[in-house]
Amino acid sequence: MVVSKRIVLRFPKRIVERPIVCRLVKDYDLEFNILKALVTPEEEGLLVLELSGEQEEYDNGIRYLTKTGVKIQSLSQDVMRNEERCTHCGACLTICPSGAFELDPITRMVNFRNEKCVACGLCIKACPPRAMEVHF
Amino acid sequence: MAKTITEINEKIKRGKAVVVTAEEIIEIAREKGIKKAAQEIDVVTTATFGPMCSSGAYLNIGHSKPRIKLGGGRAYLNDVPVYAGLAAADIFIGASALPDDDPRNKVHPGEFNYGGGHVIEELVAGKDIRLVAITYGTDCYPKKKLETWVNIKDINEAVLFNIRNAYQNYNVAANTSNKTIYTYMGVLKANLGNINYCSAGQLSPLLNDPYYQTIGIGTKIFLGGGIGFVAWQGTQHNPNVPRTEQGVPRGGAGTLRVIGDLKQMNSRWLLGSSMLGYGSTLTVGIGVAIPILSEEILGYTTVTDSEIFAPVVDYSDAYPNMKPDILGEVSYAQLKSGKVTIRGKDVPTASLSSYPKALQIAGILKEWILGGNFQLTEPVAPLPGVESGITFKPLKERPIE
Repeated sequence: MVVSKRIVLRFPKRIVERPIVCRLVKDYDLEFNILKALVTPEEEGLLVLELSGEQEEYDNGIRYLTKTGVKIQSLSQDVMRNEERCTHCGACLTICPSGAFELDPITRMVNFRNEKCVACGLCIKACPPRAMEVHF
Repeated sequence: MAKTITEINEKIKRGKAVVVTAEEIIEIAREKGIKKAAQEIDVVTTATFGPMCSSGAYLNIGHSKPRIKLGGGRAYLNDVPVYAGLAAADIFIGASALPDDDPRNKVHPGEFNYGGGHVIEELVAGKDIRLVAITYGTDCYPKKKLETWVNIKDINEAVLFNIRNAYQNYNVAANTSNKTIYTYMGVLKANLGNINYCSAGQLSPLLNDPYYQTIGIGTKIFLGGGIGFVAWQGTQHNPNVPRTEQGVPRGGAGTLRVIGDLKQMNSRWLLGSSMLGYGSTLTVGIGVAIPILSEEILGYTTVTDSEIFAPVVDYSDAYPNMKPDILGEVSYAQLKSGKVTIRGKDVPTASLSSYPKALQIAGILKEWILGGNFQLTEPVAPLPGVESGITFKPLKERPIE
């Protein structure tokens, strides 16, 4: 069974310069798509990946990453909508490149499908009441 | 069948008034016909909830000991400069005011995360606000510096006073240039990448009373979650625009100036907002009840999104350069379908004004009236109508030699 998940990887300073992600391809036959990459001034690395492959290989790959000291979080928990601030205006609809916002044609409410979100962050500042929040 | 506002108020008092929203009336009139609907329905509620930059609030903070004269000095609320050109303890904060050290658009597009609109939201939410003032001393007002927390519950007055709100129809914004632009109509992608609009359409107050027959100066309204009043026509009020056969303006036309006690409002309906690359603003909730005094008045409230048209304006050229050209005209029904065709291209659409929130406001106002808590008002004077001869003038610039 092929799985595809979007995950947030945090690389502590001591392993930031080691080649790690390439092993996912070589050793575990996984495919990845980098959605976001960042090395902080403290030299911690952050990588948002869409990772896909056979379930078994995927699990082995994740186990390998954990062993090297990489901290893993699933992405969908990291992009959130502050429901208190969202007015359902719709300003985000045409800004989102991955179609994570959908307009209900009856209620005119905007649904946020975070499984479609690629964490690009374009919606954050395009939202007038600043209802979209990314937590890494 | 003509009813009077007094008769409708009698029915509201007895809990007998029939009240529906401007969305519900469409179906009711379709089923029953205008004549029967006008007999049965007493009030139609309308609403809008969108960013409105010409909003602000005046406060009287009370007198310090010793006294300080803010008028003529400088004053700040949470670092946002406020207008201090009034008497000693009065200040006015505008929704688009920005802290002196906000970088604005120095790195374009600026974020404008905190401005006057946000101060108003926090004030209404009951948060403590930092007031800092520097001024000159006088014999009667010797104090020159002030730094203190203020809270809405402690100050004498806090009054929302928005000099232009609730536009009767508005431009639809597009961008024909080859780069993304950042406007008060939101982020507009290059080469007609998207289109933004900003009106509640068939639910919007002045689109349901196109000739201002019931909404006038003194009309009591839902304002920011509390009670407010129409104080005057808004600035740029422009009744003399092209209209459809049913009288609906085909672009921005009438506006309202509104006022109300901020102390009884709710930050749910007054939301500080930031337009990327443009500035800060306040998203305001307004609801207006239209008394059904005649079949004609009811007829106007049955307007639907497919009967309201707005001009599509190019915000990369025509708008900034004051050119009259438009890219076309579209209806709100087309806009709400998710895409419109401009120059042969299907362009996705999005709204800046919230229809679901406007619908909630129309529903709340309906409940207030049904519960006998909101009586209708007779305007003390009408808003200037088509006959007023008002025109919307550009600035007459004269070089200073």
